[in-house]
Amino acid sequence: MSGLTPGFRGHRRIESDRVPPGQYLTEDFPVLSAGPTPSIGTDDWTFTVVAETGERHVWDWRQFAALPQETPTADIHCVTRWSKLDTTWKGVSIDTLLAEVDTTADFAVVHTFDGYTTNMPFADITDGQAWVVTEYEGEPLAAEHGGPARFLLPHLYFWKSAKWVSAITLHDEDNPGFWERAGYHDYGDPWLEQRYQSGW
Amino acid sequence: MNDHIDGNMLAGALWQVFRPDITAAQARCAGCGMVGPVAGLTVYADAPGTVARCVRCEQVNLQLVQSPTDLWLSTTGLSFLRFRIPGQ
Repeated sequence: MSGLTPGFRGHRRIESDRVPPGQYLTEDFPVLSAGPTPSIGTDDWTFTVVAETGERHVWDWRQFAALPQETPTADIHCVTRWSKLDTTWKGVSIDTLLAEVDTTADFAVVHTFDGYTTNMPFADITDGQAWVVTEYEGEPLAAEHGGPARFLLPHLYFWKSAKWVSAITLHDEDNPGFWERAGYHDYGDPWLEQRYQSGW
Repeated sequence: MNDHIDGNMLAGALWQVFRPDITAAQARCAGCGMVGPVAGLTVYADAPGTVARCVRCEQVNLQLVQSPTDLWLSTTGLSFLRFRIPGQ
């Protein structure tokens, strides 16, 4: 068909290379919730990093907004099989939040205002791989998508990108989180389809 | 001397209670102590798994995760499930 130029086909091929196995592309941004959506005002919001030594660093909303902001563009992949390409965010890199933290931790746990947790190796949240984001597509992050702030860890399944994020704790040992304790994979690499715990 | 036996002995007791409809069982929330039928829990199904929360304190009582081959049931948010023994 004349409307399908070689360039267009090339673009589609490249897009499909960006969709992990077992996933389909969506233009929507589906809302998944394991509980009621909490209402968190920015006056009540804080973000805390706790190192394995107990050393704590806390930012309130104004202090957090004054940190260097980044605008990552990321492809996101939900374990329920939808993927969304080129999502745009604004927030603070975890590297910035860890700059003053003295740690030799091997693992991290992300905590939220509604009691959710999710775990990952420490090496996966550093070197420009993870952020705490407060804007999506140029707008303040809506509460249903985790506002005022959510964790963003796009190279793992999106359940790791916890909504309503409140803290990161650092640990010497792995501490499986809300879904990781309940049957989902401990690591969750979408390119390896690490959806569920394997073995018996 | 060995003071315990293996889990096979549970089969005799538990076959009576895991055949009936679990939604009729009474569940006690480990958070606030609320006791009520499993069917009365607040369920969130639009999530990677299914989450059932206490109607009073919203604590997660049950989590259900289903893969193509397996089903995980997490009951850590409950202190008990109480079943009527069939025929009693």
